Amino acid sequence: MLAVENLHSGYGRIQALHGVSVEVKKGEIVTLIGANGAGKTTLLMTICGSPRATKGRVLLDGQDITQLPMHKLAHLGLAHSPEGRRIFARMSVLENLQMGAVAGNPDHYDEDLDKVLTLFPRLKERINQRGGTLSGGEQQMLAIGRALMSRPRVLLLDEPSLGLAPLVVRHIFEMIKQINQEQGMTVFLVEQNAHHALKLAHRGYVLVNGRVTLTGTGAELLANPEIRAHYLEGGHGATA
Amino acid sequence: MAGAALKAALKDGILGAVVAAALALPMLGFRLVDSASALTLATRFDWVAWAAAIVGLGRFALCLLRQSVPADRVPMMPDLGARFPKARLMVGWALAGFALVLPFLPFADRSLVDKATMVLIYVMLGWGLNIVVGLAGLLDLGFVAFYAVGAYSYALLATKLDLSFWLCLPMAGLFAASFGILLGFPVLRLRGDYLAIVTLGFGEIIRVILQNWVDFTNGPNGISGIPRPTLFGLQFTANAPEGKTTFADYFGLDFSGEHRVIFLYFVILALALLTNLFTLRIRRLPIGRAWEALREDEIACRSLGLNPTMIKLSAFATGAMFAGFAGSFFATRQGFISPESFTFIESAVILAIVVLGGMGSQIGVVLAALLLVGLPEWFRELQQYRMLAFGGTMVLIMLWKPSGLLSHRAPTIRLGKGAPS
Repeated sequence: MLAVENLHSGYGRIQALHGVSVEVKKGEIVTLIGANGAGKTTLLMTICGSPRATKGRVLLDGQDITQLPMHKLAHLGLAHSPEGRRIFARMSVLENLQMGAVAGNPDHYDEDLDKVLTLFPRLKERINQRGGTLSGGEQQMLAIGRALMSRPRVLLLDEPSLGLAPLVVRHIFEMIKQINQEQGMTVFLVEQNAHHALKLAHRGYVLVNGRVTLTGTGAELLANPEIRAHYLEGGHGATA
Repeated sequence: MAGAALKAALKDGILGAVVAAALALPMLGFRLVDSASALTLATRFDWVAWAAAIVGLGRFALCLLRQSVPADRVPMMPDLGARFPKARLMVGWALAGFALVLPFLPFADRSLVDKATMVLIYVMLGWGLNIVVGLAGLLDLGFVAFYAVGAYSYALLATKLDLSFWLCLPMAGLFAASFGILLGFPVLRLRGDYLAIVTLGFGEIIRVILQNWVDFTNGPNGISGIPRPTLFGLQFTANAPEGKTTFADYFGLDFSGEHRVIFLYFVILALALLTNLFTLRIRRLPIGRAWEALREDEIACRSLGLNPTMIKLSAFATGAMFAGFAGSFFATRQGFISPESFTFIESAVILAIVVLGGMGSQIGVVLAALLLVGLPEWFRELQQYRMLAFGGTMVLIMLWKPSGLLSHRAPTIRLGKGAPS
């Protein structure tokens, strides 16, 4: 579905990605884990066309989308929930969701809205409230719900656990699983919270300094002693 | 506890007094006196002392007041807009109704209608800029440029090609809108401070061109003899030129200069209301929502499939168009325009109206225009103290309503209970 081939990218003269290849198949949840500064967000943003890739390709269903500007991608079925949620703080929850439907088919609007509100009943309770007055977890739900409103083929999630309490994180991941299972949504999840992400994902990649060092199924990576040492022990794995 | 509060307030008061004294010394402390032989320098340090004392005491009292009441009960004006959303709508209708009958009220003399016309020009400019700054969140410090483009478009078309006001009005809007796009292109990648600087420069460029392109714009001498608008061909003059009828003759009235003043008032009222209706309507349409979303977060907009280029350009063009309308009205009302009328201070006043009104609020703009344009006109009798009253008002607003007079934003769509149909 989504294939990243030998992608190079960076900011000015600083190169952040040194030939990253990732594949996400239809109906899969694939996660990319890595430490701060490994290039996780850069990879997602390069897939979205900003910064531009200096080498390599990004294919969506075989179509080369490497050089397309970000705003075209949503219309091709690639929804992106950016790092830090980036909801429209002064607009209401409903208005936020409406903005998500810009790239979607207007005929589906009511149905999609209904689907998102059933998935996140909390959003329904707060439908007329301003986005900025929601709690962090609710804002994350809104960001995911907004991305779903365009009925995407692939959902890119950038650190949905950022700054959230452990219980809320668990709930959000539960929802991602549900979206994947019930709607068959293909999800590419970039996470620092390796334990939760690997437990959820069918397959995973480990990114270190702009290179993929390890790959395997979620369970394999979770059992890998190297990963346990670097990303889990003493970190999120110990508490969850 | 009380002692500490008193000490802090005292400190604050003294600091305020020192700042006031430093500012007042050059401005109030020295004065040039024109005596018989030559200019002599006179001092009036008592004025400086008064200014420092007033500011110091005011600051001291304010600090005490703020400390003696709990933080959540600080004397701020309540946000009436948020508390009474329905009342706000009614106030809007009431204001519009009042504006409609204003010229026929017994106390409305010529000068009042004239002042009201002036205020309405700024209301319209404020509403136009509100689209750019309040909705799309693009800080524009050169808005007056589009006002100037509109004014000169009409003035030149009318004096050189002899076209009528009603024909020129849409053309002026169109010209201004294309200048909006012209400005929009180079600033597409800029935001915040950088955008503000470039727009400021753009405003000055337009003014400097108007000033120096003497062959075309008549330079600093300006353009005079700009024709007045007609009502379906009816002239507002004492004697009609050949083949034309005057308004007074047609309706069998005695000629009065007031007719034209009242007519102009209604023209600008209609134009301003048009701007308002347009804004209220477009906020509910996809493009209006996209403007607001762009103000909130550009990256999110792009990731949702909105093209920021189109959104920004359309916001600049739309705001500019209304400034162009206002500009051509200004030209026809004054009968004379020159680059003098389109200096940076005009941009600043319009921006102040939008900001004081509470970014994005339509009624807030009306209140702020009344305050910033109407009040100084009113206080003309105060002569040199006029600007003091103006400054004092600004300070009071900043103390009581730091986020603008009406800063509450109502969603354009609701679900569930209490949803307007």
